[in-house]
This record gives sequence, C-alpha cells and structure tokens, in this order.
Amino acid sequence: MELLLAVMIGTLTATGVYLLLRARTFPVVMGLTLLGYAVNLFLFVSGRLVVGEPPVIGASENPSDPLPQALVLTAIVIGFGMIAFVVVLALRARGELHSDHVDGHGEDH
Amino acid sequence: MEHLIILPVLLPLFTGVALLLLARGSRSLRRWVSVLAATVLVPITLALLLQGLEGPARVYALGGWSPPFGIVLVLDGLAGVMLALTAVLALPALLYACRGDDARGPNFHALFQFQLMGLNGAFLTGDIFNLFVFFEVLLIASYGLLLHGGGSRRTRAGLHYVVLNLVGSSLFLLALGLLYGTAGTLNMADLALAVREASGDEAVLLRAAALVLLVVFGLKAALLPLYFWLPAAYSAASAPVAALFAVMTKVGVYAILRVYSLIFGAQAGELAHVAIPWLWPVALATLLLGGLGALTALRLSATVAWLVIMSVGTLLAGVSLATAAATAAVIYYLVHSTLAVAALFLIADLVAHGRGDKGDRLTAGSPPHHRMMVGALYLLGAMALVGLPPLSGFVGKVALMQAAPPAAGGGAFWVLLLLGGFFALIALSRAGSTLFWRPQHQPSNEPMDPLRLGVTLILPALMVALSAWADTVLRAGERVAAQLHAPDRYIEAVLGSAEGRTK
Repeated sequence: MELLLAVMIGTLTATGVYLLLRARTFPVVMGLTLLGYAVNLFLFVSGRLVVGEPPVIGASENPSDPLPQALVLTAIVIGFGMIAFVVVLALRARGELHSDHVDGHGEDH
Repeated sequence: MEHLIILPVLLPLFTGVALLLLARGSRSLRRWVSVLAATVLVPITLALLLQGLEGPARVYALGGWSPPFGIVLVLDGLAGVMLALTAVLALPALLYACRGDDARGPNFHALFQFQLMGLNGAFLTGDIFNLFVFFEVLLIASYGLLLHGGGSRRTRAGLHYVVLNLVGSSLFLLALGLLYGTAGTLNMADLALAVREASGDEAVLLRAAALVLLVVFGLKAALLPLYFWLPAAYSAASAPVAALFAVMTKVGVYAILRVYSLIFGAQAGELAHVAIPWLWPVALATLLLGGLGALTALRLSATVAWLVIMSVGTLLAGVSLATAAATAAVIYYLVHSTLAVAALFLIADLVAHGRGDKGDRLTAGSPPHHRMMVGALYLLGAMALVGLPPLSGFVGKVALMQAAPPAAGGGAFWVLLLLGGFFALIALSRAGSTLFWRPQHQPSNEPMDPLRLGVTLILPALMVALSAWADTVLRAGERVAAQLHAPDRYIEAVLGSAEGRTK
C-alpha cells in the first residue's frame, strides 16, 4: 500500500513537472493540475496510512488522523480555484497575444 | 481591546465583501468605503505596533481553541511593524488609485481590501498552514490587481506570475506535509519545540522541509534564481498596485525572518541555522544582479522594479548574518526600502502622465508637467533609495554595515552593498537626466492632477520623517530583534497561555 502510493505520487509529480516545462499554456495547466493531485495525496498521507478506521479517538484502537483530511480539503478547494483562474488567464492570453506560448510568441513566429 | 488583534484581518474582509455587493453601485461610494476602511486601519495597526513592541507576544486563540490544537494569531514586534507598514503604505496607494486607476474595472477596491486582508493575516498568524492560506488569499487578490485594466503586457507578465506562484504553492504544501508528517504539529511555537528534539532520520526530513520552504519564500521575496518574473510584473502593473506590491516581496522576507529565527533558529539543535549557508551567497548575488539589472532597464518603472530586487538582496543578506544588531538594521531598512520603492513607483507614474505616448520610457521626449516639483520629488526619492546622506537609505545602510564588520566575514557584503548602491545611483541619475533634462518638445497640454501630486508627497514626507527620527525607529528595530532572537519567550507566550485563555 505504501509503495503503491509512493509510486503514484512520484509518477504524478514527474508527469506534472514534465508538462510544466513545456512552453505551451495547455500542457502547463495540465502539469499544474497533476502536480496539485500529487501534492494533495502527499499531504493526505502525511497523517500515516490507516485503512478503514474512523478518525475518532476511542472509536477504534488505531484511529486515522483527521487533521491531514482537513488540510487536504482546504488545499483541494484552493487548488481548484487557482486552476480555474489560470485556465481563464490562459484563454485570455491566447486571445490577446495570438499565441499559446507562455511568453506570448512561439518559435513559429 | 483584546479583540483588536483580529481587526486587521476582519476589517478588510468585511469591507471587501461589502464592496463586492456595491459593485453595481456608484463608484464614488465604493471609493469612500474603501478609503474609510484603509484610514481606520492606520490607527489600529499603530496601536498594535505599540502593543507588539512592548512585548511579550500577545496571543489570540481563534474560537477559543487553545494552542497547539487551534489556530492562533500572535502579535509581536515584527508582526506589529509589518502591519503598520502595510497600512501606512496602503492608504496613499489607494488614494492615488482613486484618481482614475480604479475606474478600469468594477472590483478594484474589493481586490485591494482582500489583498490587505491576506497581508495582515500572513503577518499575524501563528500557524504555518494558516500562513499558507493567507498567502493564497493575498496571491489571488494580487493576480486580480496585477491584471486589473487589461492589456497584453499585463496578461503576459501575469501569466508568468500566476504559474510560478502556483508551483510555489504546491511546494509550500509539500513542505507542510513533510513538517506535519515528521513533527506532528503545524503551530509554529509547537513546531519549534519539536524541531529542537529531532535527530537522525527525522532531522533529515525536517531539513528537507526547511529548504523547500526557503525556495517558496525565496520565490515570494524574489531571490536570485527565482526573480525573473518580478521586473516584468511590477513594471506592467498600474502605479498604485506596484506601490502596494512593494510590500509583497517583503512578505517573503518576513516569512524567512520568522521561520528561520523561530523554528530553525539558533536553538534548533541539529537544524540550527539550516538556511543560512544557502541564503548568504544567494542574497549577495541577488544584491549585485539587482543593481546590474537596473542599468539595463528601458523604463523608469522597470528600473525601480530591479531596485526592489536589490533591496531584497540587501535585506536577506542582513537576515543571514543572524545577529541581533543585524536584525535591527534589517527592520529599519525594510521599512525604508518599502516606502522608498513605493514612492518611486508613484513618481514614475506622475512622470509618465505628462509625457503622452512616451510614458516612462527612458527616451528624450516632452518633459513632465511641473518639472521642478516632480523633479524635486524624484531627486528626493532617488537619493533615499540609493542611500545618499542625509536620508533614510543612508542610515539603513550604515546600520547594516556596522552590523557586519569586515573582520567577521562581512567584507563581501560591504563591497557588494556599496557597488549595488553605485549601480543604483548610475541607473537613477541616467534615468532622471533623460526624463527631466532632455526635453525635445513643449509639455503636452494635459493638466497635472494636483491630488495625485499631493498624495505622492505623502511617501517622501514619511521617508524624511524616517530619517529625522531614525534613532527612534532603530531602537524599535532593536526591540523587535531582541524578541526574535529570544524565541523561548514567544513559545512560552503561545503554549504557556493554553490554560488561561480558553473561554
């Protein structure tokens, strides 16, 4: 389970960083999204992996940690808002700069 | 009076929400509401500054949840200085914006208030995850303010700024995950205690988290490999927004000062001063490159933006000296450089308004209106920023140099600080002589806005006051530094108050 999650977070991060380094706005937005997923998963498991236990002390021997769940909810909401903003900004840049290159001019210009 | 601490967060929040509701109402009503809120914020933050300087740190447990479990706001000298500086800077910037810059979109004032809320919250919070949340609040407001008014230059600079800061936010969360997974707490005082006892594998993970945090704060502060977004973004923003952004890079400096004195400071056991071997060379290189960059700028606002980077390098070099004397000088220089940079952004806009199409480009053209008046203001601002006597920049630089004697390894700092000042002097005097002394045409007929000029006068007047009462401000800086270098008292104030405060 730990290995599976670690591999997943690693793959998501690597893909996200690769896409971020492409110089077009669409891959950059996708990269930001994937990186966001990786970070959220990472934040979630920072409270240790506990399967099938409620986050209530006394209700089980080994309760899961509720705090990272609260943190990750906050992070998901903020991340969602930011991605929505960057999508709008990327569309506007496409319209105003007539290019989807992040510098506003591609090599084909 | 106990609830005074939370007002700098709540007041801009409620004002911002009210302004959103008034978005379809009359513009003058929005202006009045916004200016009123920003004015009220000044005495509140000044009162908090006095409380904070008195010490010990005052703790406000949100919802009555006792630390380390609930989120706390902590007011100490450093938080007080940053709050007062932000409020004093925001008022002239807002008044300047009311003369036309806010008319290009319906929600300028709401965004401005949310920006103030994020800034104030970031300075006050005693919880590192809450710091992240307030960073996001101030960032999303700053995205809106930067892009306010539109135009392709702003869109291009804004895209870089937004994407870089989103990556920065991801890194911030990674560092927080590492901190929580290792230390099991996010309260900064509690975290400081946990870090002291860390050893072995835990210490390695915490070191990684500390250095990832340094990258995040370095991006906010515009440190060496992470500053390339700044000149484009700041020179593309409208003048009052750029003036307010003068305090945005200082948020990064504040976070570095807070985290690496409280959590990873001298008492942090294996992790003591973990950031300093990285911070010192990078800050010095930033200082030099900021000065060189100012020489390459083609617009007055871009010159000033490069000088922002130079001031960040100077400040962080001072921070990485990690002595009480250096920290006191850093506090003084921080106040000075924020005001000076903001003043020059507004002056650059005054110059641009009188020059028609040429704007603030550094080419010969018609001279700005009220050449003598604007020129004198420019001279004053430039002298202060470069650090010529008798103005505040000189006092700040002398204090910094005294805190870093060459015998104790400060030689490189002396050389670079003086060299950087020299580059800034060349850049600003070249810009000034082009703009004011090489008129090719008659001045344009567009009349000068007297209110804009009047508002711009506030900031240089503050700098003169800062020079005249330099002794008082330096003393206050010493108090702040003494508090920062005794983190035990901060920790005791936060965690020791757990029983007494719960209601």
